[in-house]
Amino acid sequence: MSVETLSEAGEGPRSRLSASLMLAASSPLTLIAALCLAVVVASAVFAPWIAPHDPLQLAPAQRLKPPGAEFPLGTDAYGRDLLSRVVYGGRVSLLVGLGAALVSITIGLAIGLVSGFFRPVDAVVMRIMDGLMAIPAILLAIAVVSLSGASLATVLVAITIPEIPRVVRLVRSVVLSAREEPYVEAAISVGTSLPRILWRHLMPNTIAPLIVQGTYVCASAILTEAILSFLGAGISPETPTWGNIMAEGRTYFQLKPSLIFWPGLLLSAAILSINLLGDAARDALDPRMKRREGTR
Amino acid sequence: MTGTTAMTHPIVLDIEDLVVGLGPKPGGPRVIDGISLRLREAETLCLVGESGSGKSVTSLTVMGLLPKRALVPGGGRVRLVGEEVLQASDRRLRQLRATTMAMIFQEPMTALNPVVPVGRQIDEVLRAHTKLDARERRRRILAMMEQVHLPDVERIFASYPHRLSGGQRQRIMIAMALILEPKLLIADEPTTALDVTTQKQILTLIRELQENQGTAVLFITHDMGVVAEIADRVAVMRHGRLVESGPLDAILREPAQDYTRHLLSAVPSLVPRPPRPDAGAPVVLETTGLGKVYRERSAFGRAREVAAAKDVTLTLRKGRTLGIVGESGSGKSTVARCIVRLVDPSSGAIRVAGDDISGLSRGALRPHRKRIQMIFQDPYRSLNPRLTVGETIAEGPVNFGVAREDALARARELLKLVDLPPDAVTRYPHQFSGGQRQRIAIARALAMEPDVLVADEAVSALDVSVQAQVLALLDEIQQRLGIALLFITHDLRVAAQICDDVVVMQHGRIVEQGPAQEVLTRPRQAYTRQLFEAAPGRDWDFAHFRPVSAAVAS
Repeated sequence: MSVETLSEAGEGPRSRLSASLMLAASSPLTLIAALCLAVVVASAVFAPWIAPHDPLQLAPAQRLKPPGAEFPLGTDAYGRDLLSRVVYGGRVSLLVGLGAALVSITIGLAIGLVSGFFRPVDAVVMRIMDGLMAIPAILLAIAVVSLSGASLATVLVAITIPEIPRVVRLVRSVVLSAREEPYVEAAISVGTSLPRILWRHLMPNTIAPLIVQGTYVCASAILTEAILSFLGAGISPETPTWGNIMAEGRTYFQLKPSLIFWPGLLLSAAILSINLLGDAARDALDPRMKRREGTR
Repeated sequence: MTGTTAMTHPIVLDIEDLVVGLGPKPGGPRVIDGISLRLREAETLCLVGESGSGKSVTSLTVMGLLPKRALVPGGGRVRLVGEEVLQASDRRLRQLRATTMAMIFQEPMTALNPVVPVGRQIDEVLRAHTKLDARERRRRILAMMEQVHLPDVERIFASYPHRLSGGQRQRIMIAMALILEPKLLIADEPTTALDVTTQKQILTLIRELQENQGTAVLFITHDMGVVAEIADRVAVMRHGRLVESGPLDAILREPAQDYTRHLLSAVPSLVPRPPRPDAGAPVVLETTGLGKVYRERSAFGRAREVAAAKDVTLTLRKGRTLGIVGESGSGKSTVARCIVRLVDPSSGAIRVAGDDISGLSRGALRPHRKRIQMIFQDPYRSLNPRLTVGETIAEGPVNFGVAREDALARARELLKLVDLPPDAVTRYPHQFSGGQRQRIAIARALAMEPDVLVADEAVSALDVSVQAQVLALLDEIQQRLGIALLFITHDLRVAAQICDDVVVMQHGRIVEQGPAQEVLTRPRQAYTRQLFEAAPGRDWDFAHFRPVSAAVAS
């Protein structure tokens, strides 16, 4: 009786992950979204080189200029260059988005892993998370900002806190199902310590869903920051952000709609493309979504 | 009924030179490569083969249920009562599927809609394909449910699937499949998920209905025992090709092809192997009065207690194999998991080499973990897909302070011991077949140098020929290392071939225990006897191509 031969296909799970990301990138919509986001990110990163003027420089003589050679998108009510303000504004927005995603995922992952594995902790932690989820994000953000003053850090904290429960729930549910897997039981029976089981056997299962969740957190954080700025509860008004610019432009909306149009366009483009990329990542990483295509 | 009398019946299904390729376009690698089968009225054709042989794909092709673009018929003909199926429109196929052909599946729970009462699910078939009024439909359904011998049909009509047992669910599936009296019934491993006693009943039922309605049955199975019970004719498949086909008796007695001989001789015999001398070796594992009670709390806070195991007392000596046999829900797995301390026992003692480990805390238990290792049922889930084989095997020793390089070097040796190439250490589990993965799982357990190996249905998920290899490997390891083996199985054939002693469990209690030779040949308890009588193909000694009666006579 012969032993079956070894299969020849030789890729690890890591290359499978990158392969599925490649697959996602092959759809035209995803490519457009990626390109779009790349442009927005590049304009924010390279703002000092792109911006023709200092975004903060007031020039009362140049108020509400139409687009021209000196001011490609025109100027606002204080004579500041709109293009410069919009590209600099992207820096705050994207920073808040990225920061909120990273911080909420890091904290949520830690809490979720522990909560998913230890039943007694779980009961307490999940009630706290339920409580946090019941607070409207914008209200919480306004409260935090008005208590401790408007700065990038406080806005980030205010936006991140309401996102944490969503991440915790996600991680917890993955851990709850993964801990029943025989390979986790096998690890227990060869005497693997609990922190190691969490790190080595359970945590890797959460990476794929967290990548997806991260994109959604990022998009919603950018939006929340814009809303806070628009309401005047965000970062101090002299720092340009997309929300600020729109809030100021609102007064002159009838006179000069481009004050709202340009920051609005970039905001929508950024959020839409981040969400589309998130969807693509979800489809690529979740085999069930892929299989649905194959059958009737 | 034999194949010869059925020769005069009209042909129901005629498969001619069927080719199915991997999609999306015709001409891809062939999954089915030129199969021809013919099935007549009132005849049962068993399609046998190991996993990946293409038997399920064949049945899906007939039903027109191949996943679109993934598997594409590339040639040949499939005629159902003279009508070409491969060219039929989706609409026509839907009609055919209820009225002319029907299918039942392995797992009735997933084939039934969990949120619709079963009566209404059968009703949907009638509503879609007949013009009967509600009263008449109900009458027909109740009559059909009586035909499949369901008790208390009025109550079951209104029941949801989860209220029914596995056997009852399969009866519902059969009722649903046969209510329009199709000419062809395709049964894809319909009894694989059921206990032997239930399996026996379902097989008898299919036989009986077939005789009443004259249905042609295409029965797909991997189990030679089931084949011997139900087939008129047998077709053996391998790698998408037909190896051979013929009447049941001819295939079992005089298989023409090597592969068929190989397949048959891999079926473990129900006759226990000769006992090994009991040398009075030291006891390595002992449980006394072991019990496990699960508490379910209901919505009103009143706790309901379910005893999964009660008063289990057993002894295992060095170098010997103790089998625990029983049907699902008998508590055999609970006992195994208590012994490995994956669940905490509610009462009783577990002594490993004299130390009671039943009440130890997680920390205090750790040094004892080494002594007992477990092999799990499903080799596809018991290895972490993200770790290399080497990392998996080395994990245990590293936990106990062995340097990583040493543990990996040891992993290579262990892989050699389980007949895998040492360079497998750098590969990932998905690169291996089920049998190879089970070898890796065995190597992981052996890395701990345990005294006791607990194998929980460790060969149940494997094909017979692979199963035989893994059993031989376990035997060899036991002889070489003197490990004691606690072998949990529902399969009496496997138990007969590997166990020195046997414990029979039912409803969480031990019904009978003793040397395998005695329990398996002269059972004293009614339940044990019933279990044996239900074992499919018990009249055949497959490995010697003869009925058991002939073996006894010689």
